[in-house]
Amino acid sequence: MTPFQSSFRAALLDPAAPVPDGLIGPAQAPAGKRFDVYRNNVVFSLTMALRAAFPLVFRLLGAEKFDLMAQEFLRVYPPASPLMMDYGAQMPQFLAGFSALTHVGYLADCAGLDIAMRASYHAPNAGPPPLTASALALAEIGQAQLGLAPSARMLRSVWPIFDIWRFNFEQDAPKPQARAQDVLIIRPAYDPVPIALPVGAFDWITALQNGADFETAHDLALAQEPQFNLATALAAIVPHPALVMV
Amino acid sequence: MRDQHKGLPLGAGVGFKPQHFNEITLDPGPVDWLEIHAENYMGAGGRPIAQLEALADRFAISVHGVGLSIGGTAALDPAHLARLKHLVGWLKPAQFSEHLAWSTHGAEFLNDLLPLPYTDATLARVCDHINLVQDTLGLKMLLENPSNYLAFADSTWPEQDFLAEIARRTGCGLLLDVNNVFVSAVNMGTSADEYIRAFPLAEVGEIHVGGHEEDSDEHGAPLLIDSHGKAVIDPVWRLTAQTLERAGPKPILVEWDNNVPDWATLRAEAGRAAQLLHWQPA
Repeated sequence: MTPFQSSFRAALLDPAAPVPDGLIGPAQAPAGKRFDVYRNNVVFSLTMALRAAFPLVFRLLGAEKFDLMAQEFLRVYPPASPLMMDYGAQMPQFLAGFSALTHVGYLADCAGLDIAMRASYHAPNAGPPPLTASALALAEIGQAQLGLAPSARMLRSVWPIFDIWRFNFEQDAPKPQARAQDVLIIRPAYDPVPIALPVGAFDWITALQNGADFETAHDLALAQEPQFNLATALAAIVPHPALVMV
Repeated sequence: MRDQHKGLPLGAGVGFKPQHFNEITLDPGPVDWLEIHAENYMGAGGRPIAQLEALADRFAISVHGVGLSIGGTAALDPAHLARLKHLVGWLKPAQFSEHLAWSTHGAEFLNDLLPLPYTDATLARVCDHINLVQDTLGLKMLLENPSNYLAFADSTWPEQDFLAEIARRTGCGLLLDVNNVFVSAVNMGTSADEYIRAFPLAEVGEIHVGGHEEDSDEHGAPLLIDSHGKAVIDPVWRLTAQTLERAGPKPILVEWDNNVPDWATLRAEAGRAAQLLHWQPA
């Protein structure tokens, strides 16, 4: 029952493949170049979807290089569902192994930042109540459990991915210097914003996410990062809609 | 909250683009209703859902699916049907429509509306799929005619008859894309006027118009591409007017999905559609 579809699909993403048999233009002539309309549509629409999905990678590569990369990517990883908002999950691993770009080591983590920003954008509006001073006080004495807000995301990188993001999207931002960075993405209303996390805060939040209470999370973060300072972390995180009572 | 149960108004609609949200709300002009692509509103929340909730308070909404692969040979994806049921369930749109096309093959979604041969076997399969969609969503859907760049040598049904038979067997309505009719007729060397005259116009619940690009094939024959990337050309407006003369007034949608213009330009295009409708004899 599937022959027309299988032969159509096989030629669709392979420009070198012959046009499938049984396709005709006007006056019963072989379809020839007409088949290329579908080839072009698929490549164009998926390339545009990837441009929209990876604004930081697009910025770093420029349109020409990005589109060439995207056209390799979409042949290896065509979408697995009709939801373009989910397309491109394999981009970090693809970029890490893409021979033409392996000298740009931070690209894979920048793709990860783009994916996390998009996930935050589409995350639920309603969630647990935001963190108030009294809730924080309860958590500090072990009477409440904290976790990440549904629209918040975290990333850890050996590259300065926050500085790279800021340098590409904010005016007068300083040029990135080589260093590892952890990033927290928050969504105050509908627009996700990345912020750089102080040292050890990633480990502290991760411990909270894994169910540790306030004090245990503190101990775990210190064990991972001796320079972790809870007051510094709280000052960086609490003003934002990042933590909630769970 | 607007009552979506009344269906689409007999007026002009546009495909909603997020960048027009504020202006649509402040200055809708002749725009009576909006169409959204279902798959863009299947996330859990955020701005897309918030905007859609706000728009549905004020405008009739037509949900236009681009991902069901109704013309495909495989069974419809139950996960995608469930997402659609969720969207239609909370939004309760005035209309739901999809395409006579396929886009999924195996585990891959190809993000284009791909053609199928018109045979007894594909007819039966498409009808099974539409029955399942209508039963699952609990509504009467519209099925849209495609833009053709080529044809299958083993097709045995003219497209109009194929669509009419689908409507007869499943009880679905039809979405007549007049630009697609124009594009297909030029591309296949047939008559758009004859297509419209043979089309089951009584089943049409909505009309689409849009812009296309001009190219040619390797023999120098014209090859129009349904790009939705520019203004509707006059011959397509004329064909639309002729269609309305035969069919009576129908909701008309202006599709502009690529190179999206500013709101004033899109609103003016919708104005042309509204003028055609208001010129209809009472």
